[in-house]
Amino acid sequence: MEIIHNILTYLGLGFILLGSVFLFLGALGIYRMPDLYNRLQAGTKASTLGAMSVVLGIGLLQPDWLIKLIIIILFIGFANPLSSHALARASYRAGIKPFFKKDIDAYANAVEKQLKKIRKKLQKLSN
Amino acid sequence: MMIIIYISIVLIALGSLLSFVRFIKGPTAADRAIALDTLSVIGIAALVVLGYLFKRYIYIDLALVYAVLGFIGIIVIARFIEKAL
Amino acid sequence: MHTHKFSLKKFSYTFIIVLLIWYGFTTSIQPAEIITGIIISLLIALISVKNFNCCDPILITPSHILYFIQYFFVFIGALIKANFDVARRVISPNLPINPGIVTFETKLTNDFAKMVLANSITLTPGTLMVDVIKNNFYVHWIDVTTEDPKEVYKEIAAPFENILLKIYN
Repeated sequence: MEIIHNILTYLGLGFILLGSVFLFLGALGIYRMPDLYNRLQAGTKASTLGAMSVVLGIGLLQPDWLIKLIIIILFIGFANPLSSHALARASYRAGIKPFFKKDIDAYANAVEKQLKKIRKKLQKLSN
Repeated sequence: MMIIIYISIVLIALGSLLSFVRFIKGPTAADRAIALDTLSVIGIAALVVLGYLFKRYIYIDLALVYAVLGFIGIIVIARFIEKAL
Repeated sequence: MHTHKFSLKKFSYTFIIVLLIWYGFTTSIQPAEIITGIIISLLIALISVKNFNCCDPILITPSHILYFIQYFFVFIGALIKANFDVARRVISPNLPINPGIVTFETKLTNDFAKMVLANSITLTPGTLMVDVIKNNFYVHWIDVTTEDPKEVYKEIAAPFENILLKIYN
C-alpha cells in the first residue's frame, strides 16, 4: 500500500512539473511568435497538454478528487481546440493576413467565393 | 516534495506574466483574445494547484466553472471579431 | 442533418446528454441535486432541441471500443509529439517556421466525426484548423512541405481518419 502511494506521488509530481514547463513554453510561444496564427499554434497545443497534465498530476496526488479532475481534463481537451479554431476563422475573415515566407494560401479563394455569395444576397435584399 | 510544487507555481506565474505582456502589447484585438484564452487555461491549472496546496475542494469547482465561462467568453469574442472588425 | 424539427427521439437524446453533463459537473448523489438536475435538463432540452444536431446514434460493438482505444493512443502520441515540436520551435533562437494554409478533402460524412478529426488536427504537430467548408478542411501548417491536397491528406489526416472511417462508415 505504501509503495503504491509513493509511486502515485512521484508520478503525480512528475506530471505537474512537466505540465507547468509546457504551460510556460506555451506562454513563451504566445510572446515570441511573429503573427497571430503561429501564436495560436504554440499557445493551443502547449497550454492544452500543459493544463491537462498538471490537473492529472494533482489527481494522482489526491485520488479522491479524481472524478471531477477528469471531467476538467475532458472539458479542456474538447473546448480548447474549438476556441482556437473559432478565433483563427474569425480573424482570417476579419482580414488579418497570416505571415508567409512563401505565399501558400489555399483558403483565400474559398473565403472570397463565400463573401461574393453573401454580397450578392445582400444586393438582392436591398433591391 | 513540496519544492516541486513551488517550482511549478513559479513556472505557471512566469507563463501568465508572459501572456499578460502579449495581452497588453498585442497589435490587434484578436491577439489580445488569444492571450486571454491562454491566460484562462493557465488560470485553471493554477486554481487546481492552489486548491491542492490549501486543501480546499471548492477550488476544483471554481476551476470547472472558470473553464466553462472562459470557453463561452472566447466564442463570443470570436463572433464579435468576425462581424465587427 | 439540419432538420430543425421537434421529434421525441431527438428530445430524449438531448435530455439524456444534458442530464449526464449535469451529473458530471455536480458529482453528488443527494436527492435534491438529482431532482434539480432532471428539472433543469428538461427545461434546457425543451428550449434547445430545435437547434441540437449532434450525435446520430451508432451501434457500438466490441470492435468499435477497440478502435476508440486505438484512436486514444494514436491521439495521445501525436499530442506529446506536437508539444515537443512546439517546444523546439519556441526555444530555438531563429524561429524555424515556414507557414502557409493548405487544403484537403475528407471522406467523412458524419458531423460529429468531422469535429473530432478537426480537433485532433489542431492538437497534432504543427497544424491548426482554420475552417471547414462542406468536405474541404483548411489547415494552417507551420512548416509546409507540400501543397498537393492528396499529399497533405497523407501527411496530416490519414492516421486519424482511417480509424474514424472504420467507426463511422
